[in-house]
Amino acid sequence: MKTNKKIPAFLLKLRRIFKGRLSGDSAFRVATMLIACNIFVILGLMLYNIIQNSRLSIQTYGVGFLLGTTWQPFPPNPNVLPSFGALPLIWGTLVTSAIALFLGVPVSLGIALALSEFAPKRFNYIVSFFVELLSAIPSVIYGLWGIFVLIPFLQYNLFPILQATLGFLPIFQGTIRGPSVLTGGIVLAIMIIPTVSAISRDIFAAVPNSQREAIIALGATRWEKARIVMSYGRSGVIGAIMLGLGRAVGETMAVTMVIGNSFNMFTSLFEPGSTLASIVANEFTEASSPPVYISALMEVGLILFALAIIVNASARLIIWRSTRKVKEAEMIR
Amino acid sequence: MNYKIVAYIEAIVLIAVIAGFAVYALYFTSQPVRLSGAGATFPAPLIQKWSAEFKDMTGMQVNYEGIGSGGGVKQFTDKTVDFGASDPPMQDSEFSAAPGTLHIPVTIGGVVVVYNITGISSGLNFTGELIADIFRQNITKWNDQRLVAINPGTALPDAQIVVCHRSDSSGTTKVFTSFLSDENAVWNTTYGAANVISWPTQTIGGKGNPGVAAAVQQNQYSIGYVELSYALQSNIPYGKVQNAAGKFVEPTGETLASAASAVSLVLPSGDSSWASVGSYFNLHDVEEPNDGYPITSFSYVLVYKELNVRTGMTLGKARALTWFLWWAIHDGQHYASGLSYVPLPQTVVTHNEATLRMITFNGEQVNNWA
Repeated sequence: MKTNKKIPAFLLKLRRIFKGRLSGDSAFRVATMLIACNIFVILGLMLYNIIQNSRLSIQTYGVGFLLGTTWQPFPPNPNVLPSFGALPLIWGTLVTSAIALFLGVPVSLGIALALSEFAPKRFNYIVSFFVELLSAIPSVIYGLWGIFVLIPFLQYNLFPILQATLGFLPIFQGTIRGPSVLTGGIVLAIMIIPTVSAISRDIFAAVPNSQREAIIALGATRWEKARIVMSYGRSGVIGAIMLGLGRAVGETMAVTMVIGNSFNMFTSLFEPGSTLASIVANEFTEASSPPVYISALMEVGLILFALAIIVNASARLIIWRSTRKVKEAEMIR
Repeated sequence: MNYKIVAYIEAIVLIAVIAGFAVYALYFTSQPVRLSGAGATFPAPLIQKWSAEFKDMTGMQVNYEGIGSGGGVKQFTDKTVDFGASDPPMQDSEFSAAPGTLHIPVTIGGVVVVYNITGISSGLNFTGELIADIFRQNITKWNDQRLVAINPGTALPDAQIVVCHRSDSSGTTKVFTSFLSDENAVWNTTYGAANVISWPTQTIGGKGNPGVAAAVQQNQYSIGYVELSYALQSNIPYGKVQNAAGKFVEPTGETLASAASAVSLVLPSGDSSWASVGSYFNLHDVEEPNDGYPITSFSYVLVYKELNVRTGMTLGKARALTWFLWWAIHDGQHYASGLSYVPLPQTVVTHNEATLRMITFNGEQVNNWA
């Protein structure tokens, strides 16, 4: 080749020696592998650090930390040990996340189906744009909107109607309060919609057209077509829901601003509550002493970490099982 | 070809950014004096205003970070800042961990009881005893006999009281609960006084002063507590509180200042422990009856008496720091009212002057101009 003439001979020799061993390709491969492995390092360091820092609290309170229901970092009697129990926080986190999924997932799936199956292309672009915009709004803005717009509306309009119609259920009894567990759940529902709907839309769009053509050829209605699309993409949708759940469990600022921050084993959704993330947001900044206090907040973080891992692992498990089923079904066919 | 142009542009931008940072860094390191402080969030807007004005006047840069009183005391004790700031004075244990600390009260704060009762504006009467009973939900209705008894002529409604409080760890909560602990024995043994306490379960926690204010404004028949400046700015009705002399006092700049000047008679010397002053001024300690508002406190700047304990301190920086503080307690006080802070009364300024004259660098008095 022409260019070879310009390369000095010794370089050509070197090139020959290292050919296949230190080519640009392999160097690139090693570099990307190293970067990818960083994820283990980061995760490992985080876990190590959190466990290390929460050790004091784990040793002092043991299982009682998970089952206790009082949170008193500074007891009035200085000779009494501070008490930390995270049960109301775990309860608050689980209930608000459940409300978020209950309200957010049907809406998200509706959006995703409309976009992939029914909507005209231009409408599709516009709605997708706004859904993505929704996910770009910082959570503190959701919180402010929750305080100044959503709470007054819910407290004086929606909640009284709920109580009048469904008041026989214990979860809708008691005094109506604006900042409450239900408000927190509703804000979370809105916050998970972009995540769940965007991923579900992509999954529905990836369903092969042959599936749609086949079912339509059999004389199916549009609803039946949508059902086929949904069942074909089921595993992906479950993954999307789990990602939404992950966001709901870990969401901090917006929930802190609307949930009422009461250390409370609530039975009614109109009562104020707290979540794992909200207590850390509230108390960590000024927690300097005693050491066991910081350690207890770290242990709350550890529980949150564990919850996130459980959620993600179960999402993987569900996806794995359902894809295996689909594969088996295909093999039988 | 196209890629080449993009690459060139990228390279140019990168070089420009790096050069920009370099110039920026050079500019700031070449500044003659830079002082750093950290601590309480309550005085942060005021201290930052001071720092801006002081820079215009002298060209010296004072950076203040409002990270909270606890963090301020910690950074000051670790000597990572030139001065700290804290709402409560140092406790005895903290004071002995940072020997040679001077307490300089720089502004005054007050915690006010705010409420939202349809048809009732500011001026309901409260006593410390009753506030504690309301917040621990021993008094649950606004028309409770004990409240009616001290509010003759006011038609208090037969409505459930909604209690709102700070959810975040806060010096305001510390001041407020310290007052309640002194006024109500049951409060003292069940809840105590701290930045975070274990509130009764059906109460609403709001994040920060704005969070509490929003919770009070949105829930009818609610009660809460916020900083005076915040209540004034957000137009929420607030109550009068009975002081040690038996008067029901409205929280205003004047009544806060008169509480401060009453307490200034018994203030400890600048270089001793101020733990006895407490989280708020316990006016029971002051013999003379006065019209001071009972839930009033100072916010302090903390500096070392011998400034060479901080690494990197020079005579120039020591002079600048002392000058800044001297200016803050004199001319700086004029900026207080505009930001809804309460200026220090003259007696406290005089007390501070003596404290600032104690500051030395390598054993020599720094403040030798006044």
